[in-house]
Amino acid sequence: MSEFYTSVHLDKDLCKGCINCIKRCPTEAIRVRNGKAVIKKEYCIDCGECIRICKNHAKLATTDSMDNIHKYKYVVALPAPSLYAQANNLDDVNIVLSALKEMGFDDVFEVSAAAEVVSLLSRRYIEENKDKWPIISTACPSVVRLIRVRFPNLVEHMMPIRPPMEIAAEMARKRAIEKTGLPSKDIGIFFLSPCPAKVTSVKSPIGYEKSNVDQVVAIKDIYPKLISAMTHVVEQNKVEELSQSGKIGIGWGRIGGEAAGLLTDSYLAADGIENVIKVLEDLEDRKFSKTLSFIELNACTGGCVGGVLQVENPFLAIVKLKGLRKYLPVAKIHEAPPDIHPEWTQDVEYLPVFKLGENMVESLNMMNQVDELCKKFPGLDCGSCGAPTCRALARDIVRGAANEKDCIHILREYIHKISDEFSHL
Amino acid sequence: MSDSLKLQYVISDEDFTRAGEASGDVKAKLKMMGVNPEVIRKVSIAMYEGEINMVIHANGGVIDVIITTKDITMILKDKGPGIKDVDLAMQAGYSTASENVRALGFGAGMGLPNMKKYSDEMNIETEIGVGTTVTMKVYF
Repeated sequence: MSEFYTSVHLDKDLCKGCINCIKRCPTEAIRVRNGKAVIKKEYCIDCGECIRICKNHAKLATTDSMDNIHKYKYVVALPAPSLYAQANNLDDVNIVLSALKEMGFDDVFEVSAAAEVVSLLSRRYIEENKDKWPIISTACPSVVRLIRVRFPNLVEHMMPIRPPMEIAAEMARKRAIEKTGLPSKDIGIFFLSPCPAKVTSVKSPIGYEKSNVDQVVAIKDIYPKLISAMTHVVEQNKVEELSQSGKIGIGWGRIGGEAAGLLTDSYLAADGIENVIKVLEDLEDRKFSKTLSFIELNACTGGCVGGVLQVENPFLAIVKLKGLRKYLPVAKIHEAPPDIHPEWTQDVEYLPVFKLGENMVESLNMMNQVDELCKKFPGLDCGSCGAPTCRALARDIVRGAANEKDCIHILREYIHKISDEFSHL
Repeated sequence: MSDSLKLQYVISDEDFTRAGEASGDVKAKLKMMGVNPEVIRKVSIAMYEGEINMVIHANGGVIDVIITTKDITMILKDKGPGIKDVDLAMQAGYSTASENVRALGFGAGMGLPNMKKYSDEMNIETEIGVGTTVTMKVYF
């Protein structure tokens, strides 16, 4: 797998070459070339903003099909906690979990249960690593990717613990092997995902070598079937007692939930990718007090309930999650299982993908050229050239990936000039 | 072919929310050059402190930045009241900031000490009633 796998991709036939996605992308990863959007993989952090904004539905997330359950002898569903917030009037998580079994899964393992394990381990890590305060959450893969390419000084602040999805997958696989005696390869672990970034973190993890998840299915893809299966299990009285998580675990589905699980007031929680970037910029400039212990950042507004593969309005989803958590115990898991491997096993290195030149001399020259070019451009950031801003176009030109006449204003001047010359012939 | 990049920022005292834009821009440029992250951290902390100082104490001013392949020089020039006692101002915790400014969380008396701490060379020229010029240099 390449270092820059991305789940977000383009359906060329649907793309009209408009400028909505290039303007929305927080890392300026998209250009329109020859009338179609092109994603620079090394810049993309899979936040899904372009999927959200594209009116032509030309931006898609690569996910796996539910049909893949037939490829395994025993399949386990891992529902993200935000899944529970997608259904109306749900008062019992067990209905969702039983419905997943009804849909063909042999077992379910709640990611929210593993989240309680991660909460426990995080509390310990934060306490033991005061020199690295504030510790930044690594549960949102887009945030991890963003830090890796843009915030070199914050890499060491990242929480080196695998996300709940991974812990759930490891625990689920162990349980499946114990239960069935099957070899690992015959067991299929299916994560039901709110976002494309989770797909990417499975195909190309950061901080650990290999994911324990085998397939990632979009919540929106299973939604219609899930709703009818839920009705069915209720009508047929087939609701089983399967839930293993409490308030803390399920709270992870929305912004502030992870922080709440740390049982401290000394945290900051920010959601929405632009807000996340602002927090990281200020953090890098040391604008935060040293007493701040933890920073939770979610690329999507509202947290995971705001993922682009969700169905429900994120704010309504938050209301539903609150209602659902009301009568649950604070946590159902109070001890980390001794046989799991929660820590990151690989160092994460800063990747300067936005660097201009090969060396300082070259970079300095290129930067001067960018400034010169910017003086020529109108500064409207109109996007007609296919780059999100005039400055981005200037950088593309200096990198050799675009031409001055891609700017329609410069092109117009040029045409005026040659038509004048013609008329004087 | 030019062996340096010259930047100029006009620092306005009218809009406090804009304080930090200049140091933010320099930070972004240094990242694009591939400068060592630890050096970038020093530069952005030192320059941000200076920028805020200009807004708080000196009604803004002008920052000239010269980046070469070896170092960065930041010249912060203001037409503010000048610094009465430079040695005192360099002491950690000493501040003449108003209550208003302190209420915003600034004025802890760490501005100049931090600028000195995070730059490799620093020079202050100041004259009462005329203004102050702080020159900072950080080596790559």
